[in-house]
Amino acid sequence: MSTLEITGLHVSVAAEGGAKEILKGVDLTVRSGETHAIMGPNGSGKSTLAYAIAGHPKYEITAGSVTLDGQDILAMTVDERARAGLFLAMQYPVEVPGVSMANFLRSAATAVRGEAPKLRTWVKEVKGAMNDLDIDPDFAERSVNEGFSGGEKKRHEVLQLSLLQPKFAVLDETDSGLDVDALRVVSEGVNRYRAGGDVGVLLITHYTRILQHIRPDVVHVFAGGKVVSTGGAELADELERNGYARFTSAGAETPAGV
Amino acid sequence: MSVPNNAPEVAGLAPELAGAKEGQGSKPLASASERFTSYDVEAFEVPGGREENWRFTPMRRLRGLHDGSAAFDGKITYAVTPVDGVTVETVSRDDSRIGEGGVPADRVAAAAWSAFTEATVVTLDGTPAPVTVSVTGPGAGATAVGHLQLRTTPFAEATVVVEQRGSGALADNLEVVLADSSRLTVVVTEEWADDAVHVGAQHFAVGRDAVLRATSVSLGGDLVRITPTVKYRGPGGDAELAGLGFADAGQHLEQRLLVDHAVPHCTSNVIYKNALQGVDGMPDARTVWIGDVLIRAAAEGTSTFELNRNLVLTQHARADSVPNLEIETGEIAGAGHASATGRFDDEQLFYLQSRGIPEDVARRLVVRGFFGEILTRVTVPELRERLEAAIEAELAVTGS
Ligand SMILES: Nc1ncnc2c1ncn2[C@@H]1O[C@H](COP(=O)(O)OP(=O)(O)O)[C@@H](O)[C@H]1O
Ligand SMILES: [Mg+2]
Repeated sequence: MSTLEITGLHVSVAAEGGAKEILKGVDLTVRSGETHAIMGPNGSGKSTLAYAIAGHPKYEITAGSVTLDGQDILAMTVDERARAGLFLAMQYPVEVPGVSMANFLRSAATAVRGEAPKLRTWVKEVKGAMNDLDIDPDFAERSVNEGFSGGEKKRHEVLQLSLLQPKFAVLDETDSGLDVDALRVVSEGVNRYRAGGDVGVLLITHYTRILQHIRPDVVHVFAGGKVVSTGGAELADELERNGYARFTSAGAETPAGV
Repeated sequence: MSVPNNAPEVAGLAPELAGAKEGQGSKPLASASERFTSYDVEAFEVPGGREENWRFTPMRRLRGLHDGSAAFDGKITYAVTPVDGVTVETVSRDDSRIGEGGVPADRVAAAAWSAFTEATVVTLDGTPAPVTVSVTGPGAGATAVGHLQLRTTPFAEATVVVEQRGSGALADNLEVVLADSSRLTVVVTEEWADDAVHVGAQHFAVGRDAVLRATSVSLGGDLVRITPTVKYRGPGGDAELAGLGFADAGQHLEQRLLVDHAVPHCTSNVIYKNALQGVDGMPDARTVWIGDVLIRAAAEGTSTFELNRNLVLTQHARADSVPNLEIETGEIAGAGHASATGRFDDEQLFYLQSRGIPEDVARRLVVRGFFGEILTRVTVPELRERLEAAIEAELAVTGS
């Protein structure tokens, strides 16, 4: 049983003319076994929240805390956070030319597990995980994300999720850019991860579509850099019907560009 | 220097250079096909640094190798492991085999040629075990010239490693002469001490149906400038030049290649990769790669590809890359080139770290991946391991 606790989180990015505050006090607690959906319009700060938890150097924490079972996550380096059990499936996975997917996955598993996986079982494990996600085995020899289509990148994010088995996974728009079949494959991958252990999921999405495949326990509406409403799965249904208008006008501020 | 007034006018020059005479070193020759060559140092003008083939080189760090001020009174030693099927000779400069590989094309190579008194000739016959030639510089503060020739007999299949270490400033010529239908794998390492300056000309002469697999590894030295030239002595030659360089803060690594296709049905493949790692407050880490491929009118059926990739690991680093393909015949099998300089950026580092991989491991992963396709060409396992370790040690230098 683990707890990821975000309290009063304020985050800024360096922008022209000084720091720009994007997160304006986020409070959120996810326990293992729970799936929380975070839904919000474009530009509301969802990715900023995800990156801030993972420790991206561009985002400066100006106030608040993030803890994992009481441990201060924000004091850790990016890799320490991952080894502590956090995982971020990125909205835009990064290409790393020259590093093969196979080599990358093995290095990541070695780091997270604290020892190099035994070669024979590892090969089997990777093959099985790739097969589950309908990934061609040839991808193992390709450079990390290089030249992958949007959908292929998302599948590989979920592949990493399934191999690294973090305590908490933040999935940032893992559904965007997927066709119906790919959405099903990716959702099944996330559901297998959920079923495989006592883990928590923070599912960031713009659309309700993925929530038909991955049922959330809690739905948060995110607008203007904070959570403006929290409810059960029925809140997603309301968003499906009425959109975000009620929340963005009721919110303290309307996010730019929406 | 004196260029005779009746020297032939150089063809194919840029308009502003029209009328330049062959050998007028102060005017850049626009075409590799018109490159001036001579064994005689006095046939070359002292380069000032603005000439096309010197414009990237920091002349002040050349220790006078180029301008006649280097005394060349030091000595380079060549030690060769004894191996069956391999003959090692020390010969005088008038040995008839000397010069079979090629002719100097710049003043430093010609200075080395004009000054050497004896050459080491290594002849590879049959299918000998891998041979190592250990070259040691003249020592700190000293200058020296050297001459080494590697040659195969027909149908020989051999591997030679030329390991270069030590201090001082050296100008030398390496001749690699492949007899017909022979196959030679040669790895040349630049593992100099931090003070060393090495300006080396490499002359590859590839016989009919011969196969050359050359790999260059540049790690050490203050300034290393290597000019490999490949020529084919008969049809069916196949040459591959691979290379890697790791430039630290203040280091200048320069590679200028010319593959001269003047014979039909030959193949060339060039693949060079450099990584650069500077340090704040220090002079830039520098690499220069010039890749000239010339396909002359007679070279029908030529197939050639050249590639240069540079990986900039930090700030304070600069990579220049100039691929150049000149084609004088329409009857080629294939020709192409590619060049790219990329940065190992914070986003890549973040991505790898976000999967638990520590920063130093992430950097190693990227650099190892980047150099992988070059290092796999080093087929001597102990050497490959040693070079891999040397590269990792380079990475650790800044502790970044
Ligand atoms: N590095 C950055 N520099 C400047 N502005 C940024 C940066 N990252 C995000 N923003 C801004 O912060 C706001 C929130 O962005 P983001 O977190 O990506 O939103 P979402 O994921 O909800 O679409 C947007 O207005 C965006 O333009
Ligand atoms: Mg986003």
